[in-house]
Formats: sequence, structure tokens, C-alpha cells
Amino acid sequence: MKGLILRHLKNHGMTLLMCLATLTVLLPLGLVFAYIVKMGFSSVNADFFTKIPPPPGEAGGGMANGMVGSALLIFCASALGIPVGVFGAVYLSEYGGSRISTVIRFAADVLSGVPSIITGLVAYTLLVVPMKGFSALAGAFALSLIMIPIVLRTTEEQLKLVPNSLREASLALGVPLWRTTLKVTLRSALMGVTTGVLLAIARIAGETAPLLFTALGNQFWSHKLTEPIAAMPLQIFNFAISPYDDWHRLAWAGALVLVVMMFTLSLAARSFGARKKHS
Amino acid sequence: MSGGWDTTEEFVKPGQEAHQWKIEKRASGDFLFKGVTVFFAFSILAILALVAMEMYVESLPIIHKFGWWGFVKGSDWDPVNGSFGALPYIWGSVYSSILALLFATPLSVGTALFITEILPHRVGGLVASLVELLAAIPSVIYGLWGILVMVPWLQKTVEPFLIDHFGSLPFFQGAPYGVGMLAAVLILMIMTVPIITSISKEVLLAVPQSQKEAAIALGATRWEMIRMSVLPYGKSGILGAVILGLGRAIGETMAVTMVIGNTPQLSLSLVNPAYTMPSVIANEFAEATSKLHTAALMEIGLILLGVTLIVNILARLLLWSVSRNEKGGIRQ
Repeated sequence: MKGLILRHLKNHGMTLLMCLATLTVLLPLGLVFAYIVKMGFSSVNADFFTKIPPPPGEAGGGMANGMVGSALLIFCASALGIPVGVFGAVYLSEYGGSRISTVIRFAADVLSGVPSIITGLVAYTLLVVPMKGFSALAGAFALSLIMIPIVLRTTEEQLKLVPNSLREASLALGVPLWRTTLKVTLRSALMGVTTGVLLAIARIAGETAPLLFTALGNQFWSHKLTEPIAAMPLQIFNFAISPYDDWHRLAWAGALVLVVMMFTLSLAARSFGARKKHS
Repeated sequence: MSGGWDTTEEFVKPGQEAHQWKIEKRASGDFLFKGVTVFFAFSILAILALVAMEMYVESLPIIHKFGWWGFVKGSDWDPVNGSFGALPYIWGSVYSSILALLFATPLSVGTALFITEILPHRVGGLVASLVELLAAIPSVIYGLWGILVMVPWLQKTVEPFLIDHFGSLPFFQGAPYGVGMLAAVLILMIMTVPIITSISKEVLLAVPQSQKEAAIALGATRWEMIRMSVLPYGKSGILGAVILGLGRAIGETMAVTMVIGNTPQLSLSLVNPAYTMPSVIANEFAEATSKLHTAALMEIGLILLGVTLIVNILARLLLWSVSRNEKGGIRQ
């Protein structure tokens, strides 16, 4: 009888510990959010979306050039990364022999674990050095390397969920395999693929390390792909480590805008409703 | 009905050759399309090989000058005089990541267990999505919060207290700067917890219901059920999650750079500033002028790449072994 009480006590004790662990995990989440919202809202205004950053120590200004720069970087990275991810996934799910597919899948998983700063180094040696200068293109390339494994794995997962009967029906009508894949298989998985792409965009939108010595950042407006370009995460970084309160305020505002954007993206991604496999 | 018949008639009429041509065209379309997908799929392997090769080639000057071992064990870093040693950075990375993991692991596993085994399904789902939100916040924003909120708090409240009361231990000797190892460990802990928690959660959800029911049927309490049937089943998966978290912590750049103080030194003390491998690349690479300096940073990158590759391969093998599914069902 005594043993039973002890066992129940232990059970309750461990439950309490698990509950405490959960609260400890959620506490910083609350703190980080509270600060971003509190500091961000008091700093965001119309100027933030229309003006470029002020000189050191001056109030006002915004991150308009960073927002445009980030949008351009994301667009170019998507143009480079999405085709590789999607068609690579088509190979894995529609053609690949099982052994080589496993190797490629494994490589993609490992690639997604490579620190993002390394992709920056690679983009530097492959693009910045030959082009003799920091450029938006190099930044976009570095970001696309981060994007590819994410798009590849989500797309493949979605393609695998398309029932075989759909493919067979199309093939039986005499449609060649490649048209079947494009018009039937990929199209039925479109929602899920979009979800994966949106999640990948949300991931690269906040990446800073790969841009440090590729896109470099820019005080002013720029739209050329061959020149250094401003990006929001870079601006947040530079303003955060500066000693000026006005720049800190801009960094908070930038953080709020970035977080709101990412949450919108992931909500949108969820509403597209990637079907999850229930095993 | 008759319309359909007519078109078929017309299609067949032009004779065998046209038909043959159509089939061949189809086959070449298939060939082309397959070629495109093969190209993109294998480019993943090419990218991985390219990354490793580029880093190696670029760090050759420093490998020739100091040798592998000389560079790794050297602790002098002086770009002006051309002397480079990576030890303080390796130490900083390893020390901060391991300490962060030491704190993050029990918290994450506890949270994952609480979500999957104890909370009602719906509430658990809510907590899980909150934790996933935490994982989606970019590193630079953690750094912003760290440097403007956490570091001042550490400097004014926590570190003076630790130094006053535990100053005799080697871990708390020094002056309260705010920035330093402690700040890095805390921020890394906050950042790795969501990753480990969400993967562990997936692993725990894969534990078969029958295993748990068997334990309950034998009269086990809930904790005993967790200890006897849930944890043993999820062991290797959770280990995989922790190792994946370790890889993330070692490679983490922005947040750590912003709070660690960026001073290369070999010290056990948590209150002292330190430096990590990604941080030194982030801080110095754009300004490195001499060829040797660039090569030294590249070799640090190469070491970093090597470590994260090993760690990730290990983690994936463990995680893949959990899901019997051939494509490896559990992803981050």
C-alpha cells in the first residue's frame, strides 16, 4: 500500500515537473513577443514604410529601401530555388530508383542543416569574387541554397500523396508521362506545394548571416542586381548593435514588421492546407 | 457519338508514318522532361559537393602555412601580423552549444511529453503551435531582444548576484559585462528548445498506442507508462532531435554574435565575453583584406561545416531509423 502511494506521488511530481518545463519554455516566447509588440508599435509609423534610414544619431526615417531590397532578394532566390526544389522532388517521387532517391533525400536533409553563414561564404567565392563586388545576385543565390531543401522535401511529400489512380487514368487516356506529371500530378498537389514554398519564403525572409558578405546592405535605394542592396534583416542587425536609441527604435519597428509578415505567411501557408499524411 | 467516330477516322487516315512520328515525339518529350528532373535532383548532390570543395580550396593557403593541427590548436589570432589559430573560437562554439543543450534537453523533452501525454489533445496542439511560432522567429530578432533586453538585465541583476554568491567557482569569475558566455548560452537555449521540442513531439506521437495501453493495463501510473513504454520507444528519435539541436546551436550566427561579446579567449567563466566560429566569420569576413586572413576564416568555415555535417548525418540517421517509412517521415 505504501508503495502505491509513493508511486502516485512520483507520478504527480513528474507531471508537475513537465508542466513547469512547459511554462519555462513558453515564458521567453511571451517575453520576446511582448517586447517586439510593445517597442515595435510605438516606433512604427508612416515614415517607416516610405523613408530610408536616417544618418547616425538622427530621429525619424524608415526602412523602405530594406523592404524593397528584401522583396527583390526573396523574388530572385525563389526564381532560382523553386524550380530546383520542385523538379528535384518530381524526380524523387515519379522517377527515382529507391537507392539514389534516398541518397538525394539524405543530402537535402543534411544541406538544410548546414549553417546559413556557410551558404554566404560559398556565394561569396562563387559570385562575389568573380564579379568583383558585393551584389544582390550573390545574396539571392545564398538564400536560394537555403530554400532548395525545404521546397524539395515538402513538394515530394505532397506528390507522394497524389493517388496513383489519377496518374494511371491520365496515362490510360494516352497522355504522355511528362504531361501527366505536369498537368495531373503536380496540379493536384499544387496547394501543398504552395504551402512548402510559402514556408520556405518565411524562412529566408529573416535570414541575415548569408547576406552579410553577399548583398552587404546599402544605405540608399538600389535596384540593380549587380550592386549591394539593402535588406531588412541586415538593417535590424546593424541598428541593433549601434549605440543610438533612434536606431534601436527603428530596429524594433523592423522586427515587428518582419514578425507580422512571417506569421501572415505561415498562416497563409496553413490555409492552403498541406494535406498531412496520417500514418 | 458520331462526331467522335469521325475524328478518330481522320486521325488514323494519314497513315502509319504520322502516327509513328507522334509516338516518337511523345517519347522525346518524356526523355527531355525526365532529363530536367534528373538534372535538378542531382544538383542537390552537386551543391553539397560544391560547398565542401569550395571551402576546402579557399582555405588551402592557411592549411599549407599552419597545417590542420597547428591551426586548430593555435590560440593566437592576429590578422595584422599574419598569425592565426582557431582554438578560442572552437572552444567558444563547443562550450556555448553544449551548455545550452544541457539546459535545453530536459526542458524540451519535458515539454514534448507534457504536450503529447498529459495535456488534452486540443490544448496540446495549441501549445505545440506556440512552440513552433518560437522556432519561426528569425535569429536576428532573438539577437535584438538579447542585446537590448536580456543583456542589460544580466549585467545589472543576474551577473552581480552570481559573482557575489558563487564567485569562488571558476564559472563565475570576472566582471559583469552583460555580454558574454552566459548571454550566449541563454539565447541558444531559447532558440534550440523549440526545435528539439517539436521534433521530439513528432517522435513521441509515433509511439504505438498499444505500447502505452499495455503498460496501463499492467497497472502502471502515467509516469511509469512514460518511463517504461514511451521513452524507450522514442529514445533514439529524441537523441536525434537533441543532436539536430546541437547542430543548430553550433551553426547559429546572428543572435550569438550580438550577445557573446566577441573576445577570443579560453575561459571556463560564464560571465566573461567569448567568441564562436560563426561569429568571427560574420564579423571579420567582409573586412578581411589579406589573402591569409580570408583563408583563415574560410578554414574556420570548413571546420564548422565538417562538424555540422557529422552532427546532421548522425541526427538524420537516428531520426530516419525511427520512422520505418522509407522516405523518413519525421522532419523538422
